[in-house]
Amino acid sequence: MASGENQSSSDNQPRRWHHIRKLLERSGPFCHPDFEPSPEILDFIMDSCKVLIVGAGGLGCELLKDLALMGFKKLHVVDMDTIELSNLNRQFLFRKNDIGLSKAKCAVEFVNKRVPGCEAVAHHCPIQDLDEGFYRQFHIVVCGLDSIVARRWLNGMLMSLLQYNDDRSLDQSSVIPLVDGGTEGFKGNARVILPGMSACIECTLDLYPPQKTFPLCTIANTPRLPEHCIEYVKVIQWAKENPWGNNTALDGDDPQHVAWVFEKAQDRAVKHGISNVTYRLTQGVLKNIIPAVASTNAAIAACCATEVFKLASSCCVNMNNYMVMNMADGVYTYTFNAEKRPDCVACSNSTRIVEIEPDATLQMIYDKLCEDPVFMMKSPGITTVINGRNKTLYMSSIKSIEERTRDNLKKKITDLGLYNGADILVADVTTPNTITIKLKFLENQDVEMAR
Amino acid sequence: MASPSPKSPEQSEKTKQYDRQLRLWGDHGQSALEHGHICLINATALGTEILKSIVLPGVGAITIVDDKAVSDEDIGSNFFLECSSKDLNRGTEALRLLLELNPAVRGHAVQEPTDQILRENPDFFKAFSVVIATSLGEKTIQDLAQHLWNINVPLILCRSVGFLGSFRIQMKEHAVIETHPDNEQTDLRLDAPFQSLADYLDSFDIDNVDLKDHGHIPWIVIIYKAVQKWQASNQNRWPMSRKEKNEVKSIIGEFIRRDENDVPINEENFEEAIRAVNTALMPTYLPVKSQELLYCSAATNLTKDSTPFWIMCSALRGFVEGEGKGKLPVKGVLPDMTASTDHYIKLQNLYRTQAAMDAEIVYRKVQQIVAQLHCDNISEADVKLFCRHAHDLHLISGSSIASEYQLTSSVASYIARHLEEPDVMMVHYVLLRAAEMFASEHCRAPGDWEPESDSAKLKACVTKLLSDVSCAPFPKDDHVHEMCRYGGAEVHSVSAFLGGCVAHEAIKIVTKQYKPVNNTFIYDAASTNTATFTF
Repeated sequence: MASGENQSSSDNQPRRWHHIRKLLERSGPFCHPDFEPSPEILDFIMDSCKVLIVGAGGLGCELLKDLALMGFKKLHVVDMDTIELSNLNRQFLFRKNDIGLSKAKCAVEFVNKRVPGCEAVAHHCPIQDLDEGFYRQFHIVVCGLDSIVARRWLNGMLMSLLQYNDDRSLDQSSVIPLVDGGTEGFKGNARVILPGMSACIECTLDLYPPQKTFPLCTIANTPRLPEHCIEYVKVIQWAKENPWGNNTALDGDDPQHVAWVFEKAQDRAVKHGISNVTYRLTQGVLKNIIPAVASTNAAIAACCATEVFKLASSCCVNMNNYMVMNMADGVYTYTFNAEKRPDCVACSNSTRIVEIEPDATLQMIYDKLCEDPVFMMKSPGITTVINGRNKTLYMSSIKSIEERTRDNLKKKITDLGLYNGADILVADVTTPNTITIKLKFLENQDVEMAR
Repeated sequence: MASPSPKSPEQSEKTKQYDRQLRLWGDHGQSALEHGHICLINATALGTEILKSIVLPGVGAITIVDDKAVSDEDIGSNFFLECSSKDLNRGTEALRLLLELNPAVRGHAVQEPTDQILRENPDFFKAFSVVIATSLGEKTIQDLAQHLWNINVPLILCRSVGFLGSFRIQMKEHAVIETHPDNEQTDLRLDAPFQSLADYLDSFDIDNVDLKDHGHIPWIVIIYKAVQKWQASNQNRWPMSRKEKNEVKSIIGEFIRRDENDVPINEENFEEAIRAVNTALMPTYLPVKSQELLYCSAATNLTKDSTPFWIMCSALRGFVEGEGKGKLPVKGVLPDMTASTDHYIKLQNLYRTQAAMDAEIVYRKVQQIVAQLHCDNISEADVKLFCRHAHDLHLISGSSIASEYQLTSSVASYIARHLEEPDVMMVHYVLLRAAEMFASEHCRAPGDWEPESDSAKLKACVTKLLSDVSCAPFPKDDHVHEMCRYGGAEVHSVSAFLGGCVAHEAIKIVTKQYKPVNNTFIYDAASTNTATFTF
């Protein structure tokens, strides 16, 4: 449809927005205290309010449709993925002909065509490819991702846009609200984050369930479950037998690879008297597949869209601030106030302090950054500044540097030039910014760690 | 190098497309869904949002009943209408755009008013697995609900007004075998081991195995031995109290081997045993809910019209009273635990074999009943599934919407009780009912034109309802004003939320898996609150 037609179509249909105009142009006893009903609110939603939708998958498709039908026109969608057959049971903006195409582009094209006047823009790239300037243009960000790492990165990005006044108070105009949704099977959650003001993703890392892993010795020596057999082939047998040659990496999306693993896992299962190794289970273990269904995604996305609408219009007080939903036994929801951590790495605007024994090794700091619930990093790179010069202490992301710095892990931190009060700079995939952490040596080991 | 060619067949297109949901309800759930036929009355935004999440996972067929023409407001809030749909039949247009989502789904549109179908062709509704209705008037609701109750077709009645929404499920009886509980209880029978299990557990001598084997003993054996030791000095009682369980834990602690410095060795299986004591020592019993099912009259007075569920319940009762010695069939599921492969597989097979034997007995009883009643046979696989889940069977005995609308004394006192609490979600229910009453009296939604002038009229409806349930009028009119502010508006995201929920419940009903809402769900998007009421 030509864009000229789009522009005028809302004028052609004066009654089209009749439904939401009632909410926006009438006052009610439960409105937000700042709410003043007026037709200008719909104008703001349609013409000015820029919303970024992160992810064009199960939640993203729903969010785009929901927001377009709530009057939002200035929508941006970012997603690096392309469409697969297994998406079609819930990602309703895609058809079989679209397989292999960009999710963001396909979704945007469909909705712009179906909802006249909608001017959604697609970005087919990883969220990490877009810079501060890009993210700063939005009034609201709504996020429907399946990856915790990407969520944390995005959270870190919005936190890094915060500005503080001279008296260390938050500059409210720098706050871009984040509405976040997630689903797993028949369960889901939705939340509203006001960066710097309410609990952020990093404040509540403990709400994510720990990833299920199998100890290597069980896989290798005492397999009991079908999953153990599949893991064995994935972790040990693939590398040993190198079935495709050239050290070809195991690809969970390659049906031939999956079939090979399936057969080998079956052999191993038969050998040990283990039953129920199936193709479906093999695929699930290899790709760490999370079950997903249209209905849960629809409900969670709709809940997020309602919150975006409230944020944009103030026609109602926002959810405070975290809702969990379980649709397996009836339909159950519970909304609670997740609390902001005063020492949160991402949103507290305070210097992060790590307490450590003076005779600790760098490995101990590394482990703390990975295991401490405040940090939960994946592969932190650690640098410091000594006599005004940057010094890389350890970095695993680049192979040559990893080899050069690997021995540092065993060394005592004091031998590496670190001291009580020294700053270390930590980079990780979970955050777009380097985090400065101050080391605090424990006086002696009998002192109990202050928690 | 030529790539190794796998022998295993590739998955079918359909299996790949539905992979993410097959992991939730299995191939048999999918097959049930594909045999389902859903009827939607009125293709409102709420209606099409519901169908969207039923068509995507691949229901067999949908039928839309709608005699209205598409308006601008419809297009503004309904994704399954487009500008060119204006003035065309709403059901036909919505059907066309919904079927694009999944070519495997068949669809029909019927352009007759519901009242006319009820009058002239009431058998029309017999074909459906579930009927879903949106935006119906009070009178039609009651006629439709009564008819569907009589012909035993489930009905889901849905509303979406402003920030409020609700749905009500009406079905006479709904039995769920696969409830998929979040935390399923283990069924280990340590207090009453079946013979092969007792023999196996007794064959262990944990004091006299070498260290490597010691670390491979499954915790079931460890706990069993510890309890035996505890029983020796406690008159063979079963440890029940926290104190007694702690004593068993310390016996397990003593089992752990020590190194040359008398420091306990880290033995993961013994640590697991200590953690498992509390749940593993739960005595085996017949759950109250199962007992109620086995002894309710539908299970004790079978007829040739009895459903397979009740026939299996009756056979199961025979098992419990006879071979099972008061207990249900063994589940045959062993949780994972640190152990050598041999020990674990042996133990697992013991449980599985016993489960198969128990199920076999129940199956024979089913066959006897079927032969006596001259009714359709029930497959062995179905009986096995039933026995596997016998601990978690779930039955919903529904109530009719007619009795809810007539505010019978039990319904009235139920509403009054919640209003007195006070439960704001029940206030929302009253307002939704009052708005419906208003619409039937004034032929428009309250506040559709002017919120102020309709407030007094809506308040009169609220007062009428409250007096019918013997409650005092609300002290404040704020909820009445809010309802008038909505003016019957349908907010897309509110409908989309309910759409997801209602589709979900319809799928549960059709697949007979997971527990559906019993029976009324209220959603307040303004406060992000939900509640379930059972009328």
